[in-house]
Amino acid sequence: MAPELEQTDSTFTAATISATRPARARRTPLTWLRAGGISRLLFLAPLILVFGAFSWYPIVRLVLMSFQQTNLVQPATWVGLQNFSEVIHDPLFPIAVRNTLEFAGLALVFGYPIPLIAAVLISEVRRRRGLYSALVYLPVVIPPVVAVLLWKFFYDAAPTGVFNTILGWVGIAPQQWIQSQGQAMPSLVLESTWANAGGTVIIYLAALTGVNPELYEAASVDGAGLWKKLWHVTLPQMRTVMLVTMILQIIGTAQVFLEPYLFTQGGPANSTLTVMLLIYNYAFGNSLGASYGEAAALSLMLVAFLAAFSLIYLRATRAWSSE
Amino acid sequence: MTSLRIRRGGRAPVPEATQGLVLHSDWQRPSVRWGLGGAQLLLLVLLVVGGLGPILWLAKSAITPTQDTLIKPIAVFPHGVDLSNLSNAWTQVDVGRYLLNTIEIAAGSWLSQIIVSTTGAYALSVLRPKWGSLIMGALLTTLFVPSVVLLVPLYIEVVHPPLIGGSYVNSYWAIWLPAGASAFNVVLMKRFFDNLPREIFEAARIDGAGPLRLFISVVLPMSKPILGVVSIFAVLASWKDFLWPLLVLTDASKQPLSVRLPTIQGQTDLGVFLAAMLIACLVPIVGFLVFQRSFLRGSGLGGALKG
Repeated sequence: MAPELEQTDSTFTAATISATRPARARRTPLTWLRAGGISRLLFLAPLILVFGAFSWYPIVRLVLMSFQQTNLVQPATWVGLQNFSEVIHDPLFPIAVRNTLEFAGLALVFGYPIPLIAAVLISEVRRRRGLYSALVYLPVVIPPVVAVLLWKFFYDAAPTGVFNTILGWVGIAPQQWIQSQGQAMPSLVLESTWANAGGTVIIYLAALTGVNPELYEAASVDGAGLWKKLWHVTLPQMRTVMLVTMILQIIGTAQVFLEPYLFTQGGPANSTLTVMLLIYNYAFGNSLGASYGEAAALSLMLVAFLAAFSLIYLRATRAWSSE
Repeated sequence: MTSLRIRRGGRAPVPEATQGLVLHSDWQRPSVRWGLGGAQLLLLVLLVVGGLGPILWLAKSAITPTQDTLIKPIAVFPHGVDLSNLSNAWTQVDVGRYLLNTIEIAAGSWLSQIIVSTTGAYALSVLRPKWGSLIMGALLTTLFVPSVVLLVPLYIEVVHPPLIGGSYVNSYWAIWLPAGASAFNVVLMKRFFDNLPREIFEAARIDGAGPLRLFISVVLPMSKPILGVVSIFAVLASWKDFLWPLLVLTDASKQPLSVRLPTIQGQTDLGVFLAAMLIACLVPIVGFLVFQRSFLRGSGLGGALKG
């Protein structure tokens, strides 16, 4: 009864309004409703609710938390910059930063040129290109936990370990791998490169098919050979994608967590303690009680560093990436 | 991605002979044939050894007696095959239950991502509210905040949710709902919707289709390729996830395989453990082999979008 009444009432008002005024003259809740405002809102509702609760709100909360002390039981108290100063004066902080830089740097040295070379070779394969792409991408679909635990077994330091056995075939003495301070980080980078390179190769392959063939044709007409075309056409055309994959890789490796957590727990002697692992330890790994404030402060510092780095990177490479 | 396709499609077919990095005539030269061909063959060998090798090794060791794997890890079945590892993984380690948990988590995360990305992208691309650009801006901002740094505030939110109260530790909702907040999906989906022909929407509207009808009967059926790509990456990401389920699922009986594997490693026989690891990889590997095209297209698309 009531809804019906309401409905007739509203149609009546709507009719009167549209009869007495030009429809576009004013925006009222009613015109909004008639223009489909409700359905727009309903369609946007899942996005707004989910992003609001699990993306926008946590970002704000992260910033607030970094200036607070909280133990989830008592109400949070404001402590100003204390969390930041505690993190900076933590003797583990410079170690974690140095290790993360080392991981990112090594990953760049190992992991950056290999996918590019592989992609150029694969794109010129004349038969069974699909086989190459499938093989190259296969490690990417392996769950990272399985990959790390498998490689942990491969890295067994005993002479009967998988890698040590293989090294033994060519007469190399058994290595310590993740048990040695010097080799632990390169070992982590090796596994991480194995696990992630495939995705980058596929991105490059897509970019290579996008290179305008007329450029190759023009180069050929000018008498350029294979190497000259590679240097003067292919690489310049790939420049933008290469710059993007580089920054993405740096941002990704700056957050490395799984490898040090599962391989070494940051050891031996903190030689693989990374920034994300330190954040985890602050918040969840401390038996003396969680320091959420310090974890939030270090998280915020990481985000700020990455944002600043990305901006500088984009600015520095802008001239180079655009034609 | 679309600009790429248009560029490629719009080009008139020119004789293959002079286009491309390595020409047909180049292949006739011995230096190219041996040099490049050799490099490609070497790459294939490296890919087989490096890409396929570890997985084949895992498959081999999952059905090898533990002692053989420990003493001669590379040897192929020195003392025969031991299928009991696989059955033990099922009975002793209860792999089946954790596999089901993994599937349940992945299914919910998939649904949540599909609902949020399709409805949101539809509203932003087709219905276009006035404040749409504001929301789009807020979405793009989140692309620059790495999700791992939100772990701490998200965790606290799950333990002590504001407004609603209670605790969602050990609830799958704590994984499903945050999974939906993927700006990457929304952007990908919106780009696809932006490129659908507007005339069809107009025609449907003239035929009396409302926004819901337009969404379900017109936009979604036309978007199968992008739905496939987003679905594959949603399921794969959920399958690969480790840290977040580790934090919010403290009850072992609710954990997915990825969280469970490192925990059981210590007290499980190596052969059985390797069998459990193999089972954890099988679904994504089979899925990849079946949907290879969508995987690779989606992966390249991601790069094109980021570029």
